[in-house]
Amino acid sequence: MWDLHAVLSLVWAGLIAFGVLAYVVLDGFDLGVGILFLIERERYDRDVMVNSVAPVWDGNETWLVFGGVGLYAMFPLGYSVILPALYPVLIAMLLALILRGVSFEFRFRATGAGQFWWDAAFCGGSTVAAFAQGLVLGGLLQGIHVVNDAYAGGWWDWLTPFTVVCGIAVVIGYTLLGSCWLIWRTEGALQHRNRLYAGRLAAVTLALMVVVSLATPFLHPQYSRRWFSWPGILLTSPVPVLVAAIGLMLRRGLRQNHQWTPLLCAELWFALCFAGLGISLYPLMVPPDITIYQAAAPLLSQTFLIAGAAVIIPIILAYNAYAYWIFRGKVQPGTGYH
Amino acid sequence: MTAYYLARLQFALTIGFHIVFPASSIGLASYLAVLEAMWLRTKREAYLDAYRFWLKIFAIVFGIGVVSGIVMGYELGLNWSGYTNKVGAILGPLLTYETMTAFFLEAGFLGVMLFGMKKVGPRLHFAATCAVAVGTHISAFWILAGNSWMQTPQGYRIVDGRFVPTDWLAIIFNPSMPFRFVHMMGAAYLSVALMVGAVGAWHVARDRKNDVARLMLSMALWLVLFAAPAQIVAGDAQGDNTLRYQPQKVAAMEGDWTQPAPGAGEPLVLFAIPHMKTERNSATIEIPRVASWYLTHTWAGTIKGLREFAKNDIPYVPIVFFAFRVMVGLGVLMLCYALLGGFLRWRGKLYDTRWFLRIAVAMGPAGYLALLAGWTVTETGRQPYTVYGVLRTLNSVSPVGAPGVAGSLAAFVVVYAIVFGGAMTFLLRLMAKPPEHGEPDVPQVPVRSAGITPGPAGAVPTLPGAAE
Repeated sequence: MWDLHAVLSLVWAGLIAFGVLAYVVLDGFDLGVGILFLIERERYDRDVMVNSVAPVWDGNETWLVFGGVGLYAMFPLGYSVILPALYPVLIAMLLALILRGVSFEFRFRATGAGQFWWDAAFCGGSTVAAFAQGLVLGGLLQGIHVVNDAYAGGWWDWLTPFTVVCGIAVVIGYTLLGSCWLIWRTEGALQHRNRLYAGRLAAVTLALMVVVSLATPFLHPQYSRRWFSWPGILLTSPVPVLVAAIGLMLRRGLRQNHQWTPLLCAELWFALCFAGLGISLYPLMVPPDITIYQAAAPLLSQTFLIAGAAVIIPIILAYNAYAYWIFRGKVQPGTGYH
Repeated sequence: MTAYYLARLQFALTIGFHIVFPASSIGLASYLAVLEAMWLRTKREAYLDAYRFWLKIFAIVFGIGVVSGIVMGYELGLNWSGYTNKVGAILGPLLTYETMTAFFLEAGFLGVMLFGMKKVGPRLHFAATCAVAVGTHISAFWILAGNSWMQTPQGYRIVDGRFVPTDWLAIIFNPSMPFRFVHMMGAAYLSVALMVGAVGAWHVARDRKNDVARLMLSMALWLVLFAAPAQIVAGDAQGDNTLRYQPQKVAAMEGDWTQPAPGAGEPLVLFAIPHMKTERNSATIEIPRVASWYLTHTWAGTIKGLREFAKNDIPYVPIVFFAFRVMVGLGVLMLCYALLGGFLRWRGKLYDTRWFLRIAVAMGPAGYLALLAGWTVTETGRQPYTVYGVLRTLNSVSPVGAPGVAGSLAAFVVVYAIVFGGAMTFLLRLMAKPPEHGEPDVPQVPVRSAGITPGPAGAVPTLPGAAE
């Protein structure tokens, strides 16, 4: 079983999972800034919010492209089953990302009422994209009906109470990331308000995490075996403990007016949820039937791509970190080229 | 309307919308790199002014390219899962390499390019511009390798109905790849040069002393003067390659249903209406033997006609036929325009000939139209296959019903109309504003250094008209 193909299948599943996690922790905060956008009434505050993410948002979204094409390349079967199964959700997500992406530029160019509409598109697009991503998460976790390597379910399989709760959880969670990002990158009244939002959002996010985590083991016998029986429990039991510890750090960071610890804690929450997701799913790629190994591309595709990825991904991480470093510090409005 | 046709229509719409923007990014990023290099070398302000003028346009174009590109990456799996499941092991890695080597590079340095001049200084800023420009080319390399492999597949075998790679170099450097790459780069440069020339001419016509506008027109015309003839040569070479590997595509381009008698030569069909049912043309206007010259490089050569192929192996001829004429016609117009511009420049009348400035404005969209027509030829001409000769388009679709595809198509039409409307409004508004000295860039705001100490509430001054 543990031949090179199996090892590389696992490595690639890990790399794609890393790409998706990178997407969630990075685009999560800039979608969150979008969700919070209309709450701020002042033009000045909105400009600061947009400018805080403007230099980095398309780099963040590139991780979504990486996740998509990586899945296509390394797990063509997974890609070809998951996408049709979640068809309406993904279409909605793509359209929302388009409207929101162009709003970055258009809202600066529009005047009068036009500006309001592009601001609304920025907020609405961010919210819909986040909700759709939650539905995708829920829809994948609850399983996809596959016959003969193709999606065989109906139009509305993805719409269940569980997936809707996942959708809400992701929206609230991203909003938390957005407010924590703004705590780090802004100052004055805007920062103060976001500190208040972050406290409340953290409480709701935690509650939703608990609800989703409690519901997940009942979706599929594998999940409950993994979480509640030996030896899976070795891996799973630290997760809730860490979530609680990070929650306390987050609360402390908000109370003591820390600048970046709230964001760090909120991101760690997401990383832990993601780890929990991985623990539940492994070795499945498309529950309940398709494993990582069954969905994997042939060996020569895996080796061709891993050779490049091993060199390129560290470089990508380095220059993206550099781009973030250049734009560190508090944001001022109007520091663009507009 | 079946899901199959709806999915094709949707792909045509989304890819047609998308390609305009990356093509503009390729051309504009290179143009911006040249402008910044010239500015660093000569310190002539006009270069920097032109840079800032086009940077604002580039930001919009690039942003739309990113988001419409995300759509392409997912649409394949949504509407074409039969295809992605079978070819994923080959095309997926190419697209992943594109993402890893190009998209991240572009996105990583775009922020620096747009917002970083004051933060990193001119030299590092120039490096960021170059990184973005190089990224656009790397991206084109991979995507054209993938597309060309679909046209001239090799380096694979089929196992259990799926394509499995056997030789990556053969896959990437497949027979049509070098030709398509060169031709597409030429198209991107020409499209942008014609647009830049149009904007320059528009403003020269209003104020002939505007030296930024004159610079734009002059640089654009130099590029068109060299690129237009080169593009015709590149196109001819790609045509030869297509004739060798995809003969029915060339037959459709030529509107050639039956092979002429040996030695009779191929006529150049200037105009005709091809009919799929009767397999013949009507209302034909043709010049004898000319097509032989550019197809076979003799006066008597002939090529196989469409009737010699199985009926279910040929593309829908009218689209290929007319799109080809649009592309070539525009190419000829570009050549005339370039020569005319060169002549007027030689006579020292470039900036004073009002009728020529009007032509230059009218030629603004010509490159984009030719580009879209060219892609229509090559993509529609590959039908009825997605992977030429191996995988039929009919076997490539997803098990998604017509209502789903129709619904998503309608949603795409609405959203793309809004986005395109917005883009055109804002782009034309930016282009219509005369380029001026001291083109506004970064407002002078004291930039706080990285600080983790919070500023006092309300410490940030309100800037009137900030971020305008």
